[in-house]
Amino acid sequence: MSDDPRIDPRFGLSRSVTLPGPLRLDGGGLLSPVDIAYETYGTLAPDASNAILICHALTGDQHVASNHPVTGKPGWWTRMVGPGKPVDTDRFCVICVNALGSCLGSSGPASVNPATGRPWGMSFPVITIRDMVRAQAMLLDHLGIARLFAVVGGSMGGMQTLSWAATYPDRVASAVVIASAARHSAQNIAFHEVGRQAIMADPKWRGGDYYADNDPPAAGLAVARMAAHITYLSEAGLTEKFGRRLQGRDAKSFGFDADFQVESYLRHQGLSFVDRFDANSYLYITRALDYFDLAEEHGGRLADAFRGTATRFCLVSFDTDWLYPTPESRSIVHALNAAGAPVSFVELHSPFGHDAFLLESPELSRVVDGFLRAGERR
Amino acid sequence: MSLRPDLALIAAHVAPGSRVLDVGCGDGSLMAALRDNRGCDARGLELDPADVAAAVARGLSVVQGDADTDLADYPDASFDYAILSQTLQTTRRPDLILEQLLRIGKRAFVSFPNFAHWRVRLSLLWGGRMPVTRSLPLAWYETPNIHHVTVDDFRALVAERGITVEGCWFLSRDRGTGSAMANLLAEHAVFLLHR
Repeated sequence: MSDDPRIDPRFGLSRSVTLPGPLRLDGGGLLSPVDIAYETYGTLAPDASNAILICHALTGDQHVASNHPVTGKPGWWTRMVGPGKPVDTDRFCVICVNALGSCLGSSGPASVNPATGRPWGMSFPVITIRDMVRAQAMLLDHLGIARLFAVVGGSMGGMQTLSWAATYPDRVASAVVIASAARHSAQNIAFHEVGRQAIMADPKWRGGDYYADNDPPAAGLAVARMAAHITYLSEAGLTEKFGRRLQGRDAKSFGFDADFQVESYLRHQGLSFVDRFDANSYLYITRALDYFDLAEEHGGRLADAFRGTATRFCLVSFDTDWLYPTPESRSIVHALNAAGAPVSFVELHSPFGHDAFLLESPELSRVVDGFLRAGERR
Repeated sequence: MSLRPDLALIAAHVAPGSRVLDVGCGDGSLMAALRDNRGCDARGLELDPADVAAAVARGLSVVQGDADTDLADYPDASFDYAILSQTLQTTRRPDLILEQLLRIGKRAFVSFPNFAHWRVRLSLLWGGRMPVTRSLPLAWYETPNIHHVTVDDFRALVAERGITVEGCWFLSRDRGTGSAMANLLAEHAVFLLHR
């Protein structure tokens, strides 16, 4: 590939581009320029008809099927994306974009405000899921992709997928929405507020202006991650994995060490997270999630978000997911039916809660594979 | 793959190019036939997740759900046909399901096993036991059929509700049988209804 004289520098791993914008934000401001970091896998067909956009979750990134630059771990969705996988990089050109507001190369609070030459911090504008989608659309214009064969996403990625279908119905042929919702519930907002308050209560947060001395609010961000991580699992899953087992000891310590395995696990999750994620990005992206209410953007009727759409939809939920439980998916299906859209929906069984969408699930693979193949036959 | 006889009958009488909702669509055999052979826009509702996964994997639009509760979510007259094959007798309220089918579809196909077929009658009359036959293969304690119905029962219900029978077909040993003695001779019945 690399010897190919026609190689296009816009495509490949670890790409980034600065687009002039301006990006008009839901909050009223303009963002200009817009940095977008992304990766592509596979080859774009000459007519650009085989592009699939993968949208990542809250703390995900563009490394959907390549090693993470900080942790060195494999991509976060190698079960779904790759050669011969349901999102088959031999057939499709797969694009994954670091979300606006995130911290792996796209514009966000950690990137430099060109007006001041200093990191934005909390002066970065508050963004929405639809702003993320509009930024992705700008990138697709840059890549010469007018219409996506499919948009695929789980969790926050599913919300972006829904927002894509509602904002650019003519640019999305098929949409796969996994373990997601059309709005954040009070409980969802409540958990996020716990996380945000943990970050802001860390004295090192300093109003978000902590970049200069490389001393971020790691303790606060770790607690935020720990609280959120519980919502990604199920009680049955936690019980199966840890039960009340003790960590590296035979008896309780009658102190406040991590006596229990589950405590040790959560602490590890929190600590390893702070190495790869920015606390301010966490504030901005959780805010974008909390603001998400697709019906509200369309006069309070979710069906109106999809009125007249020609997009095919496939929704999947998991029975133990209590973060975005099955009724959330059902209400989307209901709205899509009311709008007359072609929609498939299945609730799959898994003991692993919300995180099930990232784990091995032959049925999920089968559903996504079949749904995408049916799109190719059209 | 050949269709079950009652499904083949339905498929043969659906107008080409129409919009169809198959309630209790199983793995989507009828939907696939309607899509591939009749150019229909077919949608499905199915309770069993494995069947839904199988149907989606063959490219069909199928929603997992329960006919007893989820038909209310579909808009009025949103389909040319609503189809309920071999499912009526498994629902909690067959009469309400029937009303829903005729609200959602301009027409409805309903097929069911006839509980007044002579084999069933003989089994009850001489054996004194709940029948286990070719069309009713499971014992009373494991059958999903909780509302057994006969051809005449069904005719009475649709008459009472003011529903028009546009067509009816009867099957015995997978072959057509006459309408006159259907309540005695038909193993399966297929009705095409409208309001």
